[in-house]
Amino acid sequence: MASTVAPAVQSAPRLGSRNGAVPVSFVGSSADRASRSGIWVGIFAISMSFAAFSSALFVRQGTPDWTHIVMPSVLYLNTLLLLASGVTLEISRRSLTAATLIESDHARRARIWLLATFALGIAFCAGQYIAWQQLRAAGFYLATNPNSSFFYVLTFIHVLHVLVGVAAIVYLLGRLMASHSTFRRSLFENTAVYWHFIGVLWIYLFLLCLVKL
Amino acid sequence: MGKFFAVVLVLVAVLSAYPIIGNYFPLPEDISTHGHLIDSQLHDTMLEAGVAFIGAQLVLAYFLFAFTGRKSDAPLKNFPGGAKLMVIAAFLLVGTEVLALGAFGQKAWATVYFTAPKADALQIQSQAEQFAFYFRYPGPDGKFGAIHPDKIDEGNQNYFGLDPANDVDARDDIVSGELVVPVNREVNLMLHAKDFGHSFYVRELRIQQDFVPGLDLAVHFTATKVGKYEIVCTQLCGLGHYNMKAYLNVKSQDDYDKWLKEQSQ
Amino acid sequence: MHETSVEPVHVHAPPQGFWRKHVFSLDHKVIGKQYYALALVAVFTGMFLSWLMRIHMVWPDAKIHGLELLSKNGAPGGVMTPEYYLSLLTMHGTLMVFFVLTNAPFAAFGNYFLPIQIGAEDMAFPRFNMMSFWTTFLAWFVLMLAFVIPDGPPIAGWTEYTPLSAVGRDAGPGMQWGASLWGISIAIFCIASLLGALNFIATTLDLRAKGMTLMRMPLCTWAWFITSCIALLAFAVLLPACILLILDRHAGTSFFIPGGLVASDRLQPHSGGSPLLWQHLFWFFGHPEVYIAILPSMGIVSHILINSMRKPLLSAKVVIYSMMSIGFLSYMVWGHHMFVSGMNPLSSLTFSFPTLTITIPATILTLIWLGSLYGARIQLTSASLFAIGFISMFVSGGISGFFLAQPSLDIYLHGTYFVVGHFHMVMGVASLFGVFAGTYFWFPKMTGRYMNETIGKLHFWITFIGTYLIFMPMHYLGLIGNVRRYQSFVDDYMSPYLWLHKDMTVAALITGAAQFLFLYNVIYSRFKGAPAPENPWNCTSLEWSIPSPPPWNNFGDRHPIVYHDPYQYGVKGSQGDFVMQDSPEQIIASGD
Repeated sequence: MASTVAPAVQSAPRLGSRNGAVPVSFVGSSADRASRSGIWVGIFAISMSFAAFSSALFVRQGTPDWTHIVMPSVLYLNTLLLLASGVTLEISRRSLTAATLIESDHARRARIWLLATFALGIAFCAGQYIAWQQLRAAGFYLATNPNSSFFYVLTFIHVLHVLVGVAAIVYLLGRLMASHSTFRRSLFENTAVYWHFIGVLWIYLFLLCLVKL
Repeated sequence: MGKFFAVVLVLVAVLSAYPIIGNYFPLPEDISTHGHLIDSQLHDTMLEAGVAFIGAQLVLAYFLFAFTGRKSDAPLKNFPGGAKLMVIAAFLLVGTEVLALGAFGQKAWATVYFTAPKADALQIQSQAEQFAFYFRYPGPDGKFGAIHPDKIDEGNQNYFGLDPANDVDARDDIVSGELVVPVNREVNLMLHAKDFGHSFYVRELRIQQDFVPGLDLAVHFTATKVGKYEIVCTQLCGLGHYNMKAYLNVKSQDDYDKWLKEQSQ
Repeated sequence: MHETSVEPVHVHAPPQGFWRKHVFSLDHKVIGKQYYALALVAVFTGMFLSWLMRIHMVWPDAKIHGLELLSKNGAPGGVMTPEYYLSLLTMHGTLMVFFVLTNAPFAAFGNYFLPIQIGAEDMAFPRFNMMSFWTTFLAWFVLMLAFVIPDGPPIAGWTEYTPLSAVGRDAGPGMQWGASLWGISIAIFCIASLLGALNFIATTLDLRAKGMTLMRMPLCTWAWFITSCIALLAFAVLLPACILLILDRHAGTSFFIPGGLVASDRLQPHSGGSPLLWQHLFWFFGHPEVYIAILPSMGIVSHILINSMRKPLLSAKVVIYSMMSIGFLSYMVWGHHMFVSGMNPLSSLTFSFPTLTITIPATILTLIWLGSLYGARIQLTSASLFAIGFISMFVSGGISGFFLAQPSLDIYLHGTYFVVGHFHMVMGVASLFGVFAGTYFWFPKMTGRYMNETIGKLHFWITFIGTYLIFMPMHYLGLIGNVRRYQSFVDDYMSPYLWLHKDMTVAALITGAAQFLFLYNVIYSRFKGAPAPENPWNCTSLEWSIPSPPPWNNFGDRHPIVYHDPYQYGVKGSQGDFVMQDSPEQIIASGD
């Protein structure tokens, strides 16, 4: 009664090495679909958390002791860095889509732009640290006033999420090295979605801080 | 066992309803002007809830009685009307009674919260703290002195942190551990929390309102019967929460005036 | 008999070695059992705490032998102090709501059976799954540490209202490290739950077998799926709240603490924060949380009820939509916990309407369960007794909610035992009945052995009658204004009613003792229970098409194809009056 079908090939989209498995076009195994759902669900949850922080900010803002802080100037640079990293990641991703073999030119280009993304991501984190230093130098610490409290909390939690993205990029860079014979595209796609989300989230937080704080 | 289950359910329904029907847990007497609205709404809700509760348990009992222990070839039947009937019933029955209670029942809420106290209401301030209530009257000048948290001194009974030396308004303020009010006179009770969240609850007044640190809240009421009634704290405030209470002492106008005069001396 | 299709790629390799097989397992079944075991430990701990509380309430000066060993400061000479009562109360609530009611019906059974019921080999992210259990375990461990520190557990209740929970030691005993451990534990729990919810959602959306459309999923799967959607949003809000609370406690911020507070004769160095902000954030999580607690049990009960009545519900689709509406509405009602909290009275009215409206899908569900029983062939087993008992309990507990949904009545009933009776009946009893029913029902599948039916039925009767005796009187006490969270009742008006508290305590002790019958049954049957076949209940869903207990990859090397909805009962099947979901045979009505 059980039907028998010839074993299917690996349906996960992969890059192969010169003497590795022959890759097929993107079919989408259930595991890859699930990981894509997973990323979006995760993004949804993270958004909800930041919505909670935002609503706390709006409530707190209504109280009489709300004073304004000055935005650390490095924040503008950091924003540019993060946006740039989104661009470099996109270039990398498109190169990868065009690539079929790990040793190909496309793959090499993808690697380089991914490295650039990594560098920009790290630079962003370093820049945020500098922003905190600037704020401290101006006399605003975590508990100085509610305004500064929110600034530190929001930017710190965001940086934590950026670091998760950086870790994913490091892992991807490792996998893209020629010593490995296959590479799952879906991981790259999902990291890209996550990284772009972190960028969009930062734009929201940046504007929030600008307007409210 | 199905029959036994049915019997147990009937007992559950009857024994649960009995204390209510027999009024063995009567509401405390209502000494407020708005309490009757709450009481009648409670009564209406109890009636509808009672019908729904008893009805559901009895129907469950009957179905258990009738449809357990059947032979394996006994015919299966579907409830006439099926799911559609249930949905309609839920919307109609529940929808209407829910909206009715929701809409009409707001009278009591509105009376307490949406009507402002009259201009000549007696202004009394209450402070809740771990683990006592204190009450402050403005005295003959009709003004409350300012509260200075840094001047609070329990040992010297300066519960409110008043500064009579520098604050003229505070000099004639009367502080009492009892809430004394004249009967049939509207009172506007301002609620101030010294440390944490507390709540003001007098069953007979049908009043309950949280004290929220940092917020200026007030609740107004008119007591209609002379007597002593308990004020209890209903918001968990620490280890002495169970013991945090005071008394509402409703006096006749004359007795109240006398008391006020005594306090001023 | 079972059609299959072939799909490549196993989700993970077969487990090797003791640690991989039994401790750090990637297998959703092992993880489900781990959650269940943790919930068992938590529920017996919570029950033990409730015994201590109930004994103390009626005999406040009683010497409880051995209690001084649990806490030297909290119960010197075995006599419980008022603050220790509140510590036990806080831990009871926290353990029960988080570690029992979120773990058992949802994480435990959901993890075990959701993948199987949709025909998958495992959850979408087995590594995340393992992490989410061990993170939950870490959260539990951190919480339990509160018992061993000298100052004891926090005393602010599982709701930890600010500023009581935020200022630190000046609030009272247990409010220094005890409250911090609470905050850290719950924050960790949030992360674990978010990972778990993510897994459930991705698995349900993407790993369903061929032919398993969403509408063909069993009702318990639907319940787990809807619950995971609720959980994703709810815990995503509690986590920031806990972070802000921890910052207020340790970093000197003032998110929740206003200025000018004097506690323990000290002026608190905070200003501008809002206690209501904590309440809003907490209850935005807290209300959906109680639906997280009840929805899985609704699904489990529906599933078991159908199987034991040998006929489908009047409409599975209506049940699914009702559960979805409950999930959706659950996000609009949180303010009903705050009617007299000092928030805008107009807000109270706006929260009241969706709260009353939620009665509609709840009533639809109840009427469908009841209506489906009509004309059925109900078979009473331990599992089905608890499933039917659930209906009775849900009606009782739900109806008292109807009172509390009206702000006018809440003025009188808020903070009284009416509320305590209400939430215990819906959560502590009804939801738990779903867990019991699920245990009796699925035990043969999980272990290959039956539980003892005689002990099971005895367990049911004592529990059913006992919980009515414990929790129904609480409503009457609420009506006369019996205030909650009191360690003893010193008010004048309470003296005529103390006898009722004594009765409730006796009922609680007896009913609690009966739970050891259940525990014994579970443990004994695990090793010595009568062997059970693959499908002892003649059930139609996919878990009954695989061996008991299932192999590590559930369906072996085959992947099932689904042909029908999961409730083909009362038909002429080749195996009896039912047709399994993955059986290609045609459905022939029984002709009656």
